[in-house]
Amino acid sequence: MEKRREDSGPFKWLLIGISVLFLVIMLVVPLITVITEALRKGWEFYKEAILDEYTVKAFWLTVEATVLALLCNSVFGLFAAWALTRYHFKGKKVLTTLIDIPVTVSPIIAGLIYILTFGKQSPLYPLLKAWDIKIVFAVPGIVLATIFVTFPFVSRELIPVLEAQGTDEEEAAALMGANGLTIFRKVTFPHIKWAFLYGVVLCTARAMGEFGAVSVLSGHLRGKTNTLPLHIEILFNEFQYVPAFAVSSILVLMAVIILILRSIVEYLGKKEI
Amino acid sequence: MKKAKKRVIPGFGISMGVTVAILSVVVLIPLASLAVFTAELGWKDFIETVTRARVLSSFYVSFITALVASAINAVMGLILAWVLVRYEFPGKRIMDGMIELPFALPTAVAGIALTSLTADSGFIGAFFARFGIKIAYTRIGITVALVFIGIPFVVRAVQPVLEKLDGAYEEAAMVLGASPATIFRRVIFPELFPALLTGTGLAFGRCIGEYGSVVFIAGNKPYYTEIAPLMIMSELQEYDYASASAIALVMLAASFLILFLINFVQARNNRLLKGGNA
Repeated sequence: MEKRREDSGPFKWLLIGISVLFLVIMLVVPLITVITEALRKGWEFYKEAILDEYTVKAFWLTVEATVLALLCNSVFGLFAAWALTRYHFKGKKVLTTLIDIPVTVSPIIAGLIYILTFGKQSPLYPLLKAWDIKIVFAVPGIVLATIFVTFPFVSRELIPVLEAQGTDEEEAAALMGANGLTIFRKVTFPHIKWAFLYGVVLCTARAMGEFGAVSVLSGHLRGKTNTLPLHIEILFNEFQYVPAFAVSSILVLMAVIILILRSIVEYLGKKEI
Repeated sequence: MKKAKKRVIPGFGISMGVTVAILSVVVLIPLASLAVFTAELGWKDFIETVTRARVLSSFYVSFITALVASAINAVMGLILAWVLVRYEFPGKRIMDGMIELPFALPTAVAGIALTSLTADSGFIGAFFARFGIKIAYTRIGITVALVFIGIPFVVRAVQPVLEKLDGAYEEAAMVLGASPATIFRRVIFPELFPALLTGTGLAFGRCIGEYGSVVFIAGNKPYYTEIAPLMIMSELQEYDYASASAIALVMLAASFLILFLINFVQARNNRLLKGGNA
């Protein structure tokens, strides 16, 4: 990159200055606020807040929803990316567009459509009731909402890589008699593993923090259908600011870990190519 | 087209089957139920619901705050991408990693942090309060939250294009005697514009639907800081599913329109890159 002419001094530093100022005010100061507010009443209070029974329960529900969403979207992402890049068929473009819909839909609408589909006024409701399945205002609803908002995250990372890879290697393997699973395991997956991991990391980030969609479907039962972000809302609205920020600090920590993981995966992926 | 070619690679049936099955359960059937439910409402009721003064005002608030936030993001995103690609300085790697923070940080956390900062008692709010400017619980507050949410979209759209930009044209322009401002305006900016538009469009789309970070900072006063997603939420809390669906359908139409425009710009840009005419 040396060939590029460096801008003359003052203009360069002016732009860097603006950037740094913007990032400090918009990103760094809010993060510091979370930490300082969380610790405002001291360590003991902080520990009490994050070890609170409801916080711990909310934490595990968040983990549960995130893991299930990851599983579902990974399976979907692998199959969808495989189907969309290894074969020619009609309607490919439509399918690609449909997969991308969830990211453009407001989280609130995501929650709403599940209420309409599985809630009391739905034609499916008697059936669900007969089988004693509760989706709306229960854990399955939260999981579904989380799956929806992170739906294309894995497939979106895989498709470009598989597309660039071409199908020659797989075709050769198939002609030599390998079955689908062997081809995937031995030929395809080694090429896409970093892209796959990258998608998983992004999916985790969004899944653990989802608020709007989950908020619609949760019913806000403390200790039952409360995820960490929802728990923060309840605490904040009850003017329990210090506990709210203490719970937030857990999520901040998770976000920072995810950002670091993201950089590592990106770095390792680039190194291998 | 290789349509006639026989499929050599096995597994078409199962991979298509799984893809379509999961897609239907998670996305298609629920979305269809929104359409069905709104259709039951009837045209007259639909129009009546979405043109109620309070609903219209929430559309306006969502639109105007998202627009202002996207404009700020377009400018700041361009500067950030420029700084990250073109300059070397200490701490650049950390800065680059930080851009993704709004994406990784749960919106509720961002919401309460920004609220407590910009409230009159907060660190930033106290500063602006001296000039009589209130941020939290006003439309300015909503815009601040949306700037936070939208910034990675613009930076990450512009950055790769700027990285790939061929320096030869700039050098040619410089040798021919163009000033840096002219080079930027006439040589660099036209190349970046489609990416900038895409990034800003994505940010705008996200901002229109954003809920988590906004509810805390907005204060949710009717006709003033009530956003469209919040209107849906309050209709839901009153179990008025019909009204909620009608408002949702309008928002959905808006976000599909944005998506369509972005795709249009991208397709046109791809054609240009491949040497065709616009």
